[in-house]
Amino acid sequence: MATTLSDTKRQELEAIAKRIRRHIIASTTKAGSGHPSSSLSAVEIAVTLFFGGVMRYRPQEPGWPDRDRFILSKGHAAPLLYAVLAEAGYFPVEELQTLRRIGSPLEGHPNRKRLPAVEASTGSLGQGLSIGLGHALAARLDGRDYRVYVLLGDGEIDEGQVWEAAAAARKYQVSNLIAIIDHNGYQQTGPTSEVLDMEPIAEKWRTFGWDVQEIDGHDLDALAAAFAHATAAEAPSVIVARTVKGKGIESVLKELKDENMHGKPLPEEAAQKALALLS
Amino acid sequence: MKIGARIGLSLGKATRDAFGLALAELGREYPDIVVIDGDVHNSTRTEYFAREFPDRFFNVGIAESNMVGIASGLAACGKRPVVASFAAFILCNAFDQLRMGVAFPELPVKVVGSHAGISIGEDGPSQMGIEDVALACALGGFAVVVPADEPSTRAATRAMIEHPGPVYLRVGRPKVPVVYTDGCEFQIGRANELRDGTDVTLIANGLMVAAALEAAYLLEQEDISARVVDMHTVKPIDVAAIQAAAEETGGIVVCEEHLHYGGLGAAVAQTVAETSPCRMAFVNLGDRYAESGTPDELLEAYGLTAEAIVAAARRVLE
Ligand SMILES: Cc1ncc(C[n+]2csc(CCOP(=O)(O)OP(=O)(O)O)c2C)c(N)n1
Ligand SMILES: [Mg+2]
Repeated sequence: MATTLSDTKRQELEAIAKRIRRHIIASTTKAGSGHPSSSLSAVEIAVTLFFGGVMRYRPQEPGWPDRDRFILSKGHAAPLLYAVLAEAGYFPVEELQTLRRIGSPLEGHPNRKRLPAVEASTGSLGQGLSIGLGHALAARLDGRDYRVYVLLGDGEIDEGQVWEAAAAARKYQVSNLIAIIDHNGYQQTGPTSEVLDMEPIAEKWRTFGWDVQEIDGHDLDALAAAFAHATAAEAPSVIVARTVKGKGIESVLKELKDENMHGKPLPEEAAQKALALLS
Repeated sequence: MKIGARIGLSLGKATRDAFGLALAELGREYPDIVVIDGDVHNSTRTEYFAREFPDRFFNVGIAESNMVGIASGLAACGKRPVVASFAAFILCNAFDQLRMGVAFPELPVKVVGSHAGISIGEDGPSQMGIEDVALACALGGFAVVVPADEPSTRAATRAMIEHPGPVYLRVGRPKVPVVYTDGCEFQIGRANELRDGTDVTLIANGLMVAAALEAAYLLEQEDISARVVDMHTVKPIDVAAIQAAAEETGGIVVCEEHLHYGGLGAAVAQTVAETSPCRMAFVNLGDRYAESGTPDELLEAYGLTAEAIVAAARRVLE
């Protein structure tokens, strides 16, 4: 079933992923706060969606009614969302440097009132899947064929509301709703296995009546294949993407003795090292 | 933090730190204290308690409603539960559980909301608890406490633990100016007058107490004598202190890092209306959410400054 990418396409996506990682590190270090490690784990997921031909969207017309939706339920990964939107042409890449500054629409967490390309204001975890279900039901009511992609954290699925949304999505068989779990194994205060073990995650979604795939969330070919399968599925679909928090700069985090590095920007010197790794 | 610098107030610990350290100390004294966390103990500073009393500490993951339900059960069994998360998440996400599991059955659960107000800065409006006081006041039987600084938060934490009923304690993220001395007097429901005055009274809580002291200094330059009252308890409100302020100074400005509706301003105004009507003005966040920025920039941009309090006092005195 594997929809394998062409070599040129893969190289193109790899190059974009690298640029996005650089934006994430540079913008958070410049801001002096933010969540780079949480952003880095989901880079390939977002890159496949936006640049791998999965999602349809019009940067010049953010409100285009037929656009596919991307909802960042784990809103603290805003630096990733902003980098992707900039690379996709929604606003100039230079604006990424205004992250978290007063007056900038690039707030610490996504705010749809300030930045039209943001589909849902998030930052209080656990709410994005319900909002995504609302978009998915609206598509049905309006006879539109757009799809809704919701990115959740593996700690975020501790929230009960996620499972309320999962049950409701099954009831309404919204095949246009696709959830992706960024399964990076960490949440704010430690490994998910210690804070609140939700394993077996895939099994839980299966019993909630969802179409489930488990893949390596940094493998661009696997991601492309998974989205091809998910968009064809009859049921709501979830991709449990095994990822690494801080992917791309693991050695730098190791040196800082903080593999989770939750909610902390890289200090200037570490950021320079990280950027060198990604050049 | 710029607030208070002009009058020489030095920065103390953040009130979340003062709370966390005090809680760990109280844990030694009260073996029935148990703490429920939602994957944020390094933010709320219940980490100090967790380190010392791992058996009495429960991190239940990112699940605020569940946190409150568990606390309700523990309280029903005679424990003294403290639930702590961001003010925005614990009150907004678990409001029904606070109502059904704590307020309605009158169980002595202690609810602590950190990251209150816009002074959290860069994380932005989704993380800022600015409607928490209104929500907590709406819970029947809750005491609602908003301490100003490090020493008074330490005292407030003890008062909360020793209070017989449910309490909401609001603490903040940044280091804030010290306005009290160690071992200060602190009683839930009893306001502290920090400066006497005869022309107008500035009633404040939280971070705005330091701003009110600064405003009183500025007003003094204009020969206006301002009383400053730290109304750290929003509920039950100190009726006598408010009535005295209204009658003795004839005008009141209420200052808080909260939305206009349902907070300290509303509580003071209700009391004034019932006891001794006088002119009032309000310094608060109005009816809007803020944005990302540095704490100082935001306090300035959203009108939480000594200058704004001075302007409000002038309106009252007109
Ligand atoms: C309702 C709520 N509770 C707590 C938080 C604080 N918080 C921010 S990120 C985070 C951990 C998230 O972990 P996960 O979903 O695994 O995301 P990761 O950072 O690992 O990508 C927490 C607890 C929040 N934002 N919202
Ligand atoms: Mg995670």
